[in-house]
Amino acid sequence: MQEETLSPPEPPERRDRVVIRFAGDSGDGMQLAGTRFTETSAVFGNDLATFPNYPAEIRAPQGTLAGVSSFQVHIADWDILTHGDAADVLVAMNPAALKANLKDVAPGGLILVNEDAFDDRNLDKAGYESNPLTDGSLQGFHVLTAPMEELTKIAVKDTGVKGRSVLRSKNFFALGLISWMFNRPTEPILEWVEEKFGSDNPVGAANVAAFRAGFNFGITTEEFHHTYEIPPAKLPAGTYTNVTGNQALAWGLVAGAKAAGLPLFLGSYPITPATSILEAVAQLKHFGAKTFQAEDEIAAIGVSLGTAFAGHLAATTTSGPGLALKGETLSLAIMTELPLIVVDVQRAGPSTGLPTKVEQGDLLMALYGRHGEAPLPVIAAASPSDAFEVAMEAARIAVTYMTPVILMSDGYLANGAEPWRVPDFDALPEFKVEFAREPNTDAGEFLPYIRNERTGARPWAIPGTPGLEHRIGGLEKEANTGNVSYDPENHELMTLQRERKIAAIADDIPEVEVYGPEDAEVLVVSWGSTYGSVRAGVNNAKVLGHDAAHVHLRYLNPFPRNLGSVLNRYHKILVPELNRGQLARVLRGQFLVPTVSLNKVQGVPLMAAEVTKKIIELLEDKS
Amino acid sequence: MTTETRYTRADFQSGQEVRWCPGCGDYTILASVQSFLADLDVDREKHVFISGIGCSSRFPYYMNTYGMHSIHGRAPAIATGVALANPDLTVWVITGDGDALSIGGNHLIHALRRNVNLKILLFNNQIYGLTKGQYSPTSEEGKKTKTSPLGSIDHPFNPVSLALGAEATFVARTIDMDRPHTARMLEAAYRHKGTAFIEIYQNCNVFNDKAFQLLTGRQERDENRIYLEAGQPIVFGSDNEMGVTIGPDGANIVSVADVGLDAIAVHDPAHPNPGVAFALSRLSHGPSGPTPLGVFRDVPRPTYGDQMVQQIRDAQARNGVASIADLVQRHGTWTVQ
Repeated sequence: MQEETLSPPEPPERRDRVVIRFAGDSGDGMQLAGTRFTETSAVFGNDLATFPNYPAEIRAPQGTLAGVSSFQVHIADWDILTHGDAADVLVAMNPAALKANLKDVAPGGLILVNEDAFDDRNLDKAGYESNPLTDGSLQGFHVLTAPMEELTKIAVKDTGVKGRSVLRSKNFFALGLISWMFNRPTEPILEWVEEKFGSDNPVGAANVAAFRAGFNFGITTEEFHHTYEIPPAKLPAGTYTNVTGNQALAWGLVAGAKAAGLPLFLGSYPITPATSILEAVAQLKHFGAKTFQAEDEIAAIGVSLGTAFAGHLAATTTSGPGLALKGETLSLAIMTELPLIVVDVQRAGPSTGLPTKVEQGDLLMALYGRHGEAPLPVIAAASPSDAFEVAMEAARIAVTYMTPVILMSDGYLANGAEPWRVPDFDALPEFKVEFAREPNTDAGEFLPYIRNERTGARPWAIPGTPGLEHRIGGLEKEANTGNVSYDPENHELMTLQRERKIAAIADDIPEVEVYGPEDAEVLVVSWGSTYGSVRAGVNNAKVLGHDAAHVHLRYLNPFPRNLGSVLNRYHKILVPELNRGQLARVLRGQFLVPTVSLNKVQGVPLMAAEVTKKIIELLEDKS
Repeated sequence: MTTETRYTRADFQSGQEVRWCPGCGDYTILASVQSFLADLDVDREKHVFISGIGCSSRFPYYMNTYGMHSIHGRAPAIATGVALANPDLTVWVITGDGDALSIGGNHLIHALRRNVNLKILLFNNQIYGLTKGQYSPTSEEGKKTKTSPLGSIDHPFNPVSLALGAEATFVARTIDMDRPHTARMLEAAYRHKGTAFIEIYQNCNVFNDKAFQLLTGRQERDENRIYLEAGQPIVFGSDNEMGVTIGPDGANIVSVADVGLDAIAVHDPAHPNPGVAFALSRLSHGPSGPTPLGVFRDVPRPTYGDQMVQQIRDAQARNGVASIADLVQRHGTWTVQ
């Protein structure tokens, strides 16, 4: 009898980066597998960026293309900017997952397949006429198969899980196999299972057993002999945490309230992809944060505005359809000059559109979507962790200038994660609010519309303050007194006062910084979540010998003071956006500069390669 | 109330010129509220009046208190925010039949079910006044207006029934011309912890004059006003010769002589089951006959605001008043040297 031997393990191949996509049915636990892989990579010290992508239906028909859910993570030993244009590794739990994601796999990429799911029924549901594992159609890729369901069944048989629950652990089998392949530490995953399920829960035990089986399958199976190592990134020293955009935004609202010295009130109505901000703040009652799940979007902003009148830092979170409903109350907040933060986590529209997919289609609504002359500040987050700072900045502008502020995020930032170097919270900026306590005229009266000379803001006198009783409302105000006024000239005066107050915020925000050469021919201008792809696209172009400059805008109204002069320095201006050219329209209108748009409305993020290609195309076009 | 107080009615007048039509019932209600607050002797700065849009919603401008004239239908939402931000305030919502029951119906019922500490005064004149005379959600069927030239085919709301259906903890009805009764209803609403809802029948002498004639006319009012008094048999008429019985088929108007006083229902606004109050509210659908006035329901239930504060206190007792650094630490961190 021949002795069974293992071939000696090969040393791992060192890579500086890899993009892995976990894909399966909505019920296969791919978001969980991806999140766990991400957390363990974060703890290991890689830089990373993620892109969860899931259907709008909670449980779309099993095995169909419509039901495919995926989670892509890019890990690297250097400071990366995007979740990766193409996947180096695809984990496909069924034929539909393979079919839906194959186009995003890099040429020659590795495809790891759960072969048990490739039966006639599933192939048929995915629309395959023949089995892609055997018909030669995957020739350009490196395909590895594993009987994940069969092996999961065997692994969990002593754990006490029964029936349908048995196969639920197959995501942990896949996670174990991938963890082996990429030399991940296993402790963070096993500790998480223990904490989540408790030590004697059969489901937890099954997940651990499946995870170990997957890991050991990699060690023992000849076909899987090659492993990879992605060393930790050389990130700046500090304490890091892994955050999604919605989590960072929730923390930023809490920090903003603290900096203002006010209690936080968040009134919202659940809407994808904003809901998890309300959920996150609802966990923070011990900070004194008040949360309110309103009966509708209009009530959500109305209740919040009421708390602003009474002296809270008020916020409401929503997505496009909700912002449309909040328009009337935003105009009231502008007229009554009360501070309010409105967060728009954008999704693909119009109407219900693609509610779980990314788009930047709400910019013009945020800037202009109200009745009357109703300007307000608009700012946007550039990355998941940037949402923290931007939320604090929204709070600062709102309370300093007594104005509603719209903060733009989107579905990609909301759910995507990246490591965040935790700031020194004691050193964050403060902007303590001083409520009016005394009359503000020589005659001993309190007039609610006498403006601060520096900021143009009116005083904030909250109900309960003796002697400052006053009325505000939607009717036009007489300058200074705030009394109702129908006087034509007063209306024009007040319209201009409100407009100038917002425009003057440009003096109180940083000028734009140009990344890249002053003398480049092309300037790329972006805003919001495309930051990473655009910056990476500019860098890639440079590597290929094509220089372009890049400006990324946090402030969309008012624009930074030097933006016009910067735009005028460049011959060609490229504006990549996940919409049909909304920022480009504003730049052309405001600065009379020609722009070239790179637009994409597919419900997926921009790719760095798309930006690089467009830069090169512009540079080679000598017109 | 005749005891000395710090305030007179004039202390609650803002000095803004009141611009309702001469003869409007709103003047009477404004006077009733200002007098009531002067008598109440609570610090003036503790009162906040929030209104929506409509004739009645101009009310806050005329009150020398804090106030906001907001958006059509949205006053209960905005007032909810004020009440939740500062539980020491008394927050009054001034609204009308169009404002509260048409464009703002959703916010009204949700404020009522949550039991936010609000005092909602619904001025019901059964017509749109500010837009000059279109039928409202309380206008009677068949009403001919500019937008219903052949008669309205909308079935109207009974505001008291609606509030009871939303499980409001305090529901009352009064009428603009009866100032002493209005003051008593305001007092009872003020004392109630939670959402108090008062429907105030209010005459619009320009677009819907004499809509409440049966309840205000010298000839008719005694036969048609059914005053509800806690612990008292529900009787009415110039000699209390009429009464109300409550049976399996609801509330019925009977002659006291026919059934005997013992058969007449004794009013109990604190009854935990809102069904009895609801039955009383069905006695009239608008003032087209004998109509109950008074407190239909007044029951205790924890307020939304108190519970919100309690949850925060409990969370702080459990977790301590955390810092953001702690929060992030608990989320999971790693250190790069």
